[in-house]
Amino acid sequence: MAVKVMIPTPLRAYAGKQDSVHLQAGTVGEALSALTGQFAELKRHLFTEDGRLRSFVNVYVNDEDIRYLQKDRTKVKEGDTISIVPSIAGGSKF
Amino acid sequence: MSGFTLKISEALVRRIEAHGVETFPYECCGALLGRDDEAGRVVTELFALSNHREDSPRNRFEITPEDVLLAERTAREKKMDLIGWYHSHPNAPARPSEFDREHAWPWYSYIIVSIRDGAPKEMTSWRLQDDRSAYDPEAIESVAAGAGI
Repeated sequence: MAVKVMIPTPLRAYAGKQDSVHLQAGTVGEALSALTGQFAELKRHLFTEDGRLRSFVNVYVNDEDIRYLQKDRTKVKEGDTISIVPSIAGGSKF
Repeated sequence: MSGFTLKISEALVRRIEAHGVETFPYECCGALLGRDDEAGRVVTELFALSNHREDSPRNRFEITPEDVLLAERTAREKKMDLIGWYHSHPNAPARPSEFDREHAWPWYSYIIVSIRDGAPKEMTSWRLQDDRSAYDPEAIESVAAGAGI
């Protein structure tokens, strides 16, 4: 399936300065894997060292948060748009 | 030195401080709207947001993805860029914590204002390095409101 992955502004420098990337994928996991395979520098900003999606990184298929679907096994269909949206978190406590 | 500079008016600096005083002893947070081009990075408007960390708001803050999307949409409607975020450190230095670093992306400017006993103290700005290992300090340059911004 051809899907579009929207690249958030802070990460465009690691994705050839593009605001979106078109990929072939059957699931969200496959799409993110194809994306980071094509643009290796993106990987550390999306995934932890043990390969899990960072806790502050949220992924949507069209307008649906994949946490409420089948997470990275969420199926995508032709023409779907995958969005990567951060939560902004932090604080003074080390 | 990193060479990064963030331009912001005194009036907007005062508004960030006032937000930190208002929410003290809890952390405040919000978005920095402006532009980032050949002329440099300039904050021209603030977008105050709610801290959604109800379990430990004295030393943590969280902006939900819905609020991030709202800030992005607001910036787009105003033909601005969403260039970063601000938050306060109540009774703590204006330095990014390890927790801040783990939850950041490069490119964004992260302003931190220290609020001591309800009064604003130092303000700093930071950018995460490409390899996520540390922050680079970003100089804050005060500009007159309306002076080319």
